[in-house]
Amino acid sequence: MPALLEVRALTKSFPGVRALKGVSLTVERGEVVAVIGENGAGKSTLMKILAGVQNADSGELLLDGQPVELCSVHDALAIGIALIHQELNLADNLNVAANIFLGREPRRFGLIDTARTHREAQPFLNAVGLDVKPDTLVGSLAIGQQQLVEIAKALSTNARVLIMDEPTSSLSAREAENLFKVIGDLRRRGVGIVYISHRLGEVKRLADRVTVLRDGENSGSLARDKINHAAMVKLMVGRDLTQLYPHAPHQLGEVALQVDRLRTASHPRHEVSFQVRAGEIVGLAGLVGAGRTEILLSLFGVTPALAGTIRVGGQEASPGSPQEAIAAGMALVPEDRKRQGIVLEMAVCENLSLASLRRDQRQGFLNRRRESELSSEMIGVMRIKTPSDRQAVQFLSGGNQQKVVLGKWLAIRPRVLFLDEPTRGIDVGAKQEIYLLMEELARQGVAILFVSNEMEEILGMSDRVLVMHEGRFTGELARRELSEEAVMHFATGLETPPQPIA
Amino acid sequence: MKKLLGIFGLLLAVCLFAIMASENFRSGYNVENLIRRTALFGVIGIGVAFVIVTGGIDLSIGSVVCLVGCGLPWLLTVQKWSLPAALLTVVAVSVGIGLIHGLLITRLKLQPFIVTLCGLMLYRGVTRGFTGDQTVGFGDGYKGLRLLATGKISIPFVHGFQIPAPWVVLVIVAVLAAIFLNRTIYGRYLLALGRSEDAARYSGINTGGMILLAYVISSTLAGLGGVLFVLDVNSAQPVDFGNFYELYAIAAAVLGGCSLRGGEGSILGVIIGTALILVLRNVITLVTNHSNIEFAIIGAVILAGVITDELAKRYVIKRRAARALYAEVEESS
Repeated sequence: MPALLEVRALTKSFPGVRALKGVSLTVERGEVVAVIGENGAGKSTLMKILAGVQNADSGELLLDGQPVELCSVHDALAIGIALIHQELNLADNLNVAANIFLGREPRRFGLIDTARTHREAQPFLNAVGLDVKPDTLVGSLAIGQQQLVEIAKALSTNARVLIMDEPTSSLSAREAENLFKVIGDLRRRGVGIVYISHRLGEVKRLADRVTVLRDGENSGSLARDKINHAAMVKLMVGRDLTQLYPHAPHQLGEVALQVDRLRTASHPRHEVSFQVRAGEIVGLAGLVGAGRTEILLSLFGVTPALAGTIRVGGQEASPGSPQEAIAAGMALVPEDRKRQGIVLEMAVCENLSLASLRRDQRQGFLNRRRESELSSEMIGVMRIKTPSDRQAVQFLSGGNQQKVVLGKWLAIRPRVLFLDEPTRGIDVGAKQEIYLLMEELARQGVAILFVSNEMEEILGMSDRVLVMHEGRFTGELARRELSEEAVMHFATGLETPPQPIA
Repeated sequence: MKKLLGIFGLLLAVCLFAIMASENFRSGYNVENLIRRTALFGVIGIGVAFVIVTGGIDLSIGSVVCLVGCGLPWLLTVQKWSLPAALLTVVAVSVGIGLIHGLLITRLKLQPFIVTLCGLMLYRGVTRGFTGDQTVGFGDGYKGLRLLATGKISIPFVHGFQIPAPWVVLVIVAVLAAIFLNRTIYGRYLLALGRSEDAARYSGINTGGMILLAYVISSTLAGLGGVLFVLDVNSAQPVDFGNFYELYAIAAAVLGGCSLRGGEGSILGVIIGTALILVLRNVITLVTNHSNIEFAIIGAVILAGVITDELAKRYVIKRRAARALYAEVEESS
């Protein structure tokens, strides 16, 4: 009998990136297949293609051995593939039954037949073990219950393949337990489940088979009895480090940034403490959602910390706003370059001077001469490719835009520099220039703390790595202890030191 | 700059048409009157331009004009206050209104549209309340003060035309506003946060404070406008004094190059935009004798202007993107 769903040699490219380079996947009836991989390995692209959100460039999809074409979400639903997003897609102002049948409402004389909607929703609620009335407002349900509504909705479309993206990421332990029970029931009913998760513990418990992706390719597959933590990590990581990273030993100075018992609004139950010394580059590693960006935002005063002390060069500085953080000697290259880093429509020189206008002012007036000196200096130092400093930054490439953001901060000579995904979406050449710049700054005694989802970058650039998992620090690795296995080990939530991998 | 030239060209074209079509239009009296009204509307247009630059909107201007325009003569002639006390009070009220708007918008994060819409209803209602809906005016008094709005300054060797005094007020306000917007760091902050509030905040700019300031400027200039308007016409009826003035001011600012998306604005443009709207009104009255279609024509002209601007902007972005792509292909090959 042919497999329920078979995916053969799927490829997909985005401008500048080959996200999938021939990925294959098989799901049998009543089987839970876990798909794991590092950030950027291609999991979400694969899942979006399966759900019809994006179209593959090439490759084959077979359902019950029959080739199928997926051009839209509608197509995918029609043949029985449903995706449950990490962020739930429910209208919380509508009730449970209305959400389940959204867009497919039972009608009578052209009007919604509410009674039938409620009646027909009931069996699906029973199937997922959700004990609420069909007319309950979705907004009043807990997150775990809302997730069950999503699953009920998927079942109501006769889904035969259910793709779940990080389904437990916002669930409590008890809600997760309940979800696992529902998954067990679905499996018995013959539904095939693609389970995408960063949590290897869950994967080990649930999966009948694990498919591992790395850099847009299949790096291996593990059968039920072969699934263990070490084997999964080994398949997820392990590639050549290119010579992209100009790392040289740094002369460490005194403590530039001292953080004690910091609590952020996103993970209020956990405290973090750490320090960064002058001239040190510290990488903050972890999986998406581990709370790394939130730490940088708290340190920089964008979302002030709930508690804890922050010292810069021994001076207490617990900034309540970016202004205070800047005054204390901190700078942040934010995650979302286009929204938070630069003012797209403004000229290169105006962006470069934005943070130093206050310092260079003459009784409130712009110091135009200083501004143009500064911008030509920064364009030179940062090697920003632009026809003139009057060019709007929106017309520069991503790499050059990022150099403008960095240049803006170099102009105020920070003691502590935070970088959030410093090389996201920029090409290799510009990446290396940014790495060289980080090196140069560290040599000049700037303390650097950076967040990255790129394992290579973390391993290549850091003197020391702090690893986070769900809001807390699970490990700290010195440069000589650094390995992808070690970082992944802590990032997936294990706090004991990793065992050597055979 | 091109935008300014475009709108100025349109103003000239309308004026040329009017000069040919109507004898009355080119009379010294009519020209003086137009210039005086342009100065009065220009002041409130400049005020709202600051709010528009931040990406916000101020719908309360007409009602602030009403509150101050009726409040001043009411305090002087009904309540018999002294002139300095009355002037100080109306200034304080105008500044205070801007402060309250700004605080509600930046601290409570209310939407500017709703805050100032409520202001629009509130201040007119309050004015109609304390005046008992009765017309208030200066009567024969305060001639000296009224010269601020009605006075004329003769130009040597020119006969039949004198510069209306409010024009002097407008020039002072405009020069200060232009310097503030273009030459000070605060003006730069306003332009930056109007484009991207996040990027400005992440660059250490006190975005809340700057937005607050913009609303204070808007209400203060609306108050100044209210004083000038009432000095100009001598008496005011609370029921319709300043009615729709916020819309004229916003339309003038938009015609003059302010984008309601924020981050763009030119003081000179606002003045030209104001002049264009007033000349259009004037022409409609003089040429067609159907002043009741005034709004239709002004509405159509503004819509056409905004559409042209948007299309031109898209064309420029497309061309630049194409050029950048071409350059990249050249480089890589």
